[in-house]
Amino acid sequence: MSNKLNHSMSLAKPDALNITTKQKIALILGVVGLFILALALFNTNFPNKGLFLTLSLGLIVLGTIVYSREAYLTKLEGIKNDGQWFKSISSRGIWGWILGVILTGFYIVLYFYPKYLGLGQGADGANTGLISLFDPLSQLLSGRNASQWFVYGTLYTIAILAFGYKFILKYRHNRYQQIRTVSVMFFQLGFAFLIPEFMYVMNNDLPYYDLKSIWPLNYYIFDEWSVNGFLSNGNIGLALILFGIISIFVITPILTYKFGKRWYCSWVCGCGGLAETAGDSFRHLSSKKMYAWKLERWLIHLVLVFSVVMTTAMVYTYLGYDKNDFWLTRSVFISLVIGFLTIIFVGVMYFKRQELGKDAKYGAIGFFSVIALLLIMHFTGTTDNVFYVKASSLRSAYGIYIGSIFSGVIGTGFYPILGSRSWCRFGCPMAAILGFQQRLFSKFRITTNGGQCISCGNCSNSCEMGIDVRHYAQKGENIVRSSCVGCGICSAVCPRGVLKLENDSMKGRINPTEVLLGNDVDLMELVNQK
Amino acid sequence: MEHIVIIGNGISGVTLARHIRKLSDKKITIVSAETDYFFSRTALMYVYMGHMKFEHTQPYENWFWEKNRINLKKGYVENIHTNSKTLQFADGDTLQYDKLVIATGSKPNKFGWPGQDLEGVMGMYHKQDLDNLEKHAPNKDVCKRAVIVGGGLIGIELAEMLNSRSIPVTFLVRESSFWNGVLPEGESAMINRHIKNHHIDLRLSTNLKEIKSDENGKVKSVIIEETGEELECNVVGLTAGVSPNIDFIKDSAIETGRGVKVNRFLETNIADVYAIGDCAEQHEAIGNRRPIEAVWYTGRMMGETLAQTICGNRIEYKPGHWFNSAKFMDIEYQTYGWVFAKSRENEAHFHWKHQDDTKCITVAYHKDSNEFLGINTFGIRMRHEIFDKWLTEKRDVDYVMNHLSDANFDPEFYSKFENDILSAYNNQLQTA
Repeated sequence: MSNKLNHSMSLAKPDALNITTKQKIALILGVVGLFILALALFNTNFPNKGLFLTLSLGLIVLGTIVYSREAYLTKLEGIKNDGQWFKSISSRGIWGWILGVILTGFYIVLYFYPKYLGLGQGADGANTGLISLFDPLSQLLSGRNASQWFVYGTLYTIAILAFGYKFILKYRHNRYQQIRTVSVMFFQLGFAFLIPEFMYVMNNDLPYYDLKSIWPLNYYIFDEWSVNGFLSNGNIGLALILFGIISIFVITPILTYKFGKRWYCSWVCGCGGLAETAGDSFRHLSSKKMYAWKLERWLIHLVLVFSVVMTTAMVYTYLGYDKNDFWLTRSVFISLVIGFLTIIFVGVMYFKRQELGKDAKYGAIGFFSVIALLLIMHFTGTTDNVFYVKASSLRSAYGIYIGSIFSGVIGTGFYPILGSRSWCRFGCPMAAILGFQQRLFSKFRITTNGGQCISCGNCSNSCEMGIDVRHYAQKGENIVRSSCVGCGICSAVCPRGVLKLENDSMKGRINPTEVLLGNDVDLMELVNQK
Repeated sequence: MEHIVIIGNGISGVTLARHIRKLSDKKITIVSAETDYFFSRTALMYVYMGHMKFEHTQPYENWFWEKNRINLKKGYVENIHTNSKTLQFADGDTLQYDKLVIATGSKPNKFGWPGQDLEGVMGMYHKQDLDNLEKHAPNKDVCKRAVIVGGGLIGIELAEMLNSRSIPVTFLVRESSFWNGVLPEGESAMINRHIKNHHIDLRLSTNLKEIKSDENGKVKSVIIEETGEELECNVVGLTAGVSPNIDFIKDSAIETGRGVKVNRFLETNIADVYAIGDCAEQHEAIGNRRPIEAVWYTGRMMGETLAQTICGNRIEYKPGHWFNSAKFMDIEYQTYGWVFAKSRENEAHFHWKHQDDTKCITVAYHKDSNEFLGINTFGIRMRHEIFDKWLTEKRDVDYVMNHLSDANFDPEFYSKFENDILSAYNNQLQTA
């Protein structure tokens, strides 16, 4: 077939579509900015670090801005996906793989070998290399030297801001996309980056807390050091940890009921924010195949089970046996957890048994295994051990395999290979909880416009979560899927105006049809009423 | 087990096969000479533009067919022997059927232009046309200019395709304004301007005289009828409409006109032979519809309907209210009910256009009864369900104009124009 992609292996000119001279200059600017970071990484000692850091980040941002303006503002408003499957970088060509290797390498060094970034490698534990380049900015914001996390946070924020700008230009005809992008830019800059630094300035005993990062995505918030850190800081600490608990048990269910999980995943969340901005060029790479969906359902729910059991075990180990110390003893806690899970389970089975179909069986197996695990833990656990392993090993296993490797190395490092949301889709336990609610108790759906679908596949192609949107649209059926993050790109790229993200009543939200609107009304009645 | 053979794996044939499978256990075979698997024809353009790969235009994964026991046979049917119920293939193979459905779709029109079969001259309909275009117009260095002949939906899509690879396009349109046999004047004029804004050389009221060849039998240039001007080009796209793809049937006993003649039950003159989709021609037009409807949606509806008949519940093809859609470069178009290019007797149009020149609507209504007849909408998405309901309820035009916001289907946070539209409507009534 002549439409198979035959990537040229040429690095100089692999693409069918050329970029303009102005875009080449913009690329050079950006590369120079990155080159300064690379020089710092290889221990070039810049004389005036503040100046060079500003220069580097400034050039990266400037390059992205100039490139984007040339790419989108020179054309009329509209869908701008020309050549996305031709360009080497966005179609798993050689540039895509190179970028994937670089990103993956960066994450491995960041999580496991921060000393190569220069963390505390200088005299008296001062930073060298890349991290020292960021010292001036860190000093400015919080009066301390930078850490690898500060470097990462800064680059992350820069990426969301610069590529967010690009995204806004790309979708300048679409206000949903623009407002949503401004929102993720705001939450990243404010909540994830600036506010925690200022909180440190005000009270340097408080643990780092990104207020929008909710358990179980924020899996360390209920760790002993974290809880102690909050509790030892009086009312403000107590308020913060209460906010953390309220976030997941009160705020999240209400907002998800009203708006679907998109309020978080594509309006607030940092992981989502990066995927929607820097990852936008890779969104179409997610697999839409049935086997990917099956894998997704197993993986994401296993991670959820792991995170629930791990968190319960962590909290369990630092609680006491005795009521006299604190009312929340181990027995009370384990009973609360089991009770809460049981209420959810029974409630879902009672009200939504029909909708679950054969998945109800898997749900039941999952539920009873979690309860069994918790009971085993309760009756075999000691002060340090749960399941006969050290509780802290359980926690660090989660931190390494899920928190670092899955969400960082694979989730972001593999953007150019697996698409931009593989973490959100296959791994994020928060997405699993929100998705579960979205599927069963939410007003949100993507409405299909009668019989207008032409099965072209633009919607499925651009779905970063790998939902085969067309499968529903061509049947005239609304899309109600737990994984949908409500980014709205399917609706934007639809050439026939078939899809609309909406919050409406729960009734008739799921509407499977066999014969579509526009045909004989008697036939529709005959077939669809079955 | 009864063997149903469907010739053609487009939307009509595939919809039919899916519905027969839902209703019965019959043996089903789909025959196609074009591709191994069903793909969305309307999406071919996005493959050339690089939005998608060809595999993404296939609505069902390859395992779907086996799982649903739908046999796929690749082959070109040369002859249909209706007496022995046998299909004869070009490669000598034969296939027996109990019931036969012809769903072979269309082919691009050629009007006997000199040079119309040269290399580099193509329609834009089949998968093979896409391959051909990729060969002759991979980029702007190989294809320095392309000329498109025929101003319809496929023509403007081809222009958009070539434009995506920065290939200069001259667009020859016979009519005095783009697609004005279908679109009212204001809309058609807006699309003319939109085409030109994309730097496409749109030539209205212009006909092709001949296509000239170079020494290798490839396209060198075209000559324009009206001016005699010679335009050098490497590709010529013939997009002057389509007609039923039924040449292979002409020698059989099946009655044909322009298409395969069918009655309201989609039955041909031969028992157990049916035709659906673009290639079917109704003896009598249904309502305002044309006898041949080369539209995705009608093909699908005929497939949904015929499945009932084939599975023992013989019913008429009785389509509901007319609807259609298209996209002209960046401007989406939807239509519900009937809005004719020129309002018919006793009909009137209300036209509103936004100042940015990318959005407009035209509403058709009956002059005396004020009954709402249909709407064309450009750049504003509207709800199929609502208009279908209003047409069934025979709402009057005032009601529709006052409730237009109920029908809005634009994404959240989009600017709304219903108030603008309504005040323009009220003003027009006062002055009229």
